[in-house]
Amino acid sequence: MKKFLRTIFLVDLIQGLWLTFRYQHPKNIYTEEYPAQRPKVAERYRGAPRLNTNPDTGETLCIACNLCALACPEHLIVVTSERNEQTKRKELTTFTYDTSRCMFCGLCEDACPVDALELTQDFELATYTREGQIWDRKMLEEGPRPTKYKF
Amino acid sequence: MAERTFLDSTELVLNMGPQHPSTHGVLRVILKLDGEKIIGTDCVIGYLHRGVEKIAEHRTYAMFAPYVDRMDYVAAVSNGLGYCLAVEKLLNIEAPPRAQVTRVILTELNRIASHLLWLGTHALDIGATTPLFYTMREREEILKIFENYCGARLTTHAFRIGGLQYELYEGFEEETLKFCDWVLPRIDEYEELLTTNRIWVDRLKGVGILNAEDCKAYGVTGPVLRAAGVEWDLRRMQPYSGYEQYDFRIPTGQNGDTYDRYLVRMEEMRQSVRIIRQAVERLEPGPIMAKVPKVIKPPAGEVYVSIEAPKGELGYFIVSDGSTQPYRVRVRPPSFVNLQALDKMCRGSLVADIVAIIGTIDIVLGEVDR
Repeated sequence: MKKFLRTIFLVDLIQGLWLTFRYQHPKNIYTEEYPAQRPKVAERYRGAPRLNTNPDTGETLCIACNLCALACPEHLIVVTSERNEQTKRKELTTFTYDTSRCMFCGLCEDACPVDALELTQDFELATYTREGQIWDRKMLEEGPRPTKYKF
Repeated sequence: MAERTFLDSTELVLNMGPQHPSTHGVLRVILKLDGEKIIGTDCVIGYLHRGVEKIAEHRTYAMFAPYVDRMDYVAAVSNGLGYCLAVEKLLNIEAPPRAQVTRVILTELNRIASHLLWLGTHALDIGATTPLFYTMREREEILKIFENYCGARLTTHAFRIGGLQYELYEGFEEETLKFCDWVLPRIDEYEELLTTNRIWVDRLKGVGILNAEDCKAYGVTGPVLRAAGVEWDLRRMQPYSGYEQYDFRIPTGQNGDTYDRYLVRMEEMRQSVRIIRQAVERLEPGPIMAKVPKVIKPPAGEVYVSIEAPKGELGYFIVSDGSTQPYRVRVRPPSFVNLQALDKMCRGSLVADIVAIIGTIDIVLGEVDR
């Protein structure tokens, strides 16, 4: 009998409709208006790569040890260096990072012994060309320039 | 192609997919129909084949870890756990207790996330649009925990061979417990929306029945097997990562139909919340990484390790020839094996039911094709 009444008065459907209706309240709105409001990503977020420099002198921290290139599963990092005749130390000449093939696994970051290579919180990596995805040393040191939108 | 079967009715061959939104990816099902009735199906897979097993042969053990996340991308953490456990067994090392407890928390969170996504998309296939928005909202909270912990939301690469790379962030315990308190009433809400809903019950009850004998014959695992009444869960039967210390129930169904599978998964989410609560209490300070050589070079041999992924038994069979790269990695994905039972489940049912049946197996095509 109870089941019959539930069927007649559509209790189960009304229950569901009442639940969805309760969520009409404006405090339950979850929409994020993306380019206007940028999400704050986590501190450990693995985004665009960056090659850190010494903030005082502007010299690169990279010691050209090539460990990141060896750790990378996709072999997308190319490091070249030359030996400085006076100090007898390896010095970084070029550093190429192909973000189009990168899967942001963070293995290069873990391998770096001097914390020079780092994956940062920047996540806007779109470019108009494929060549633009291949980052050279200058771009890695300065970081990407996010587009500013006017609203 | 068309054959006459009954008076003027003819057999009709119909292609479903690979672009069909309800096949959850790029699955192509060739349906043989007699009117509205399905008299046979044929699955065409491989549209998402990336050769992950072959890639493994050209990568070192540590390098391959990010690739396993890309097989079942809905449950990337579980995939990573299975691979790490397999290599750890090959190296004969064990992760420290803190790392094991953390692994349990994250994999159980991932199980909830996977089931939530399944519930949303399955309900969407059947015609209930609303639950998708709610499940995505809850899943977002889990993904935020993942992002805070390891820096990625989907393809997490959360675990490393021998333990963890990252220490837990500040406030992890509180955030996880807060999520646990928050998600339980939400699961009740989904049940309120669906469990007694007449359309939902009519579409699911008695659809896609697979009994226990057939499940065992096909090698089907996970919620599909448990809904048929078999109490089989690798977390209980072959405990790994210290699952034997946790108190949880294995939900089972009786009829093995789509409705029972739905109920089993809903109960599994609640049990996962229980496990997470117990695990958070067990978190004790300590090392998070076992002693792992810098260059991982396991002795020659082979190993098979399987874990209970959200979709069923996920196994890794690794053959080592003593070098830094695996000689062969074979993955036993739950989705691939469970998909084989599709034909058995949908023979004799109507065309409209195949969408419900594909949804209920909970396949991820990235894992089917690898």
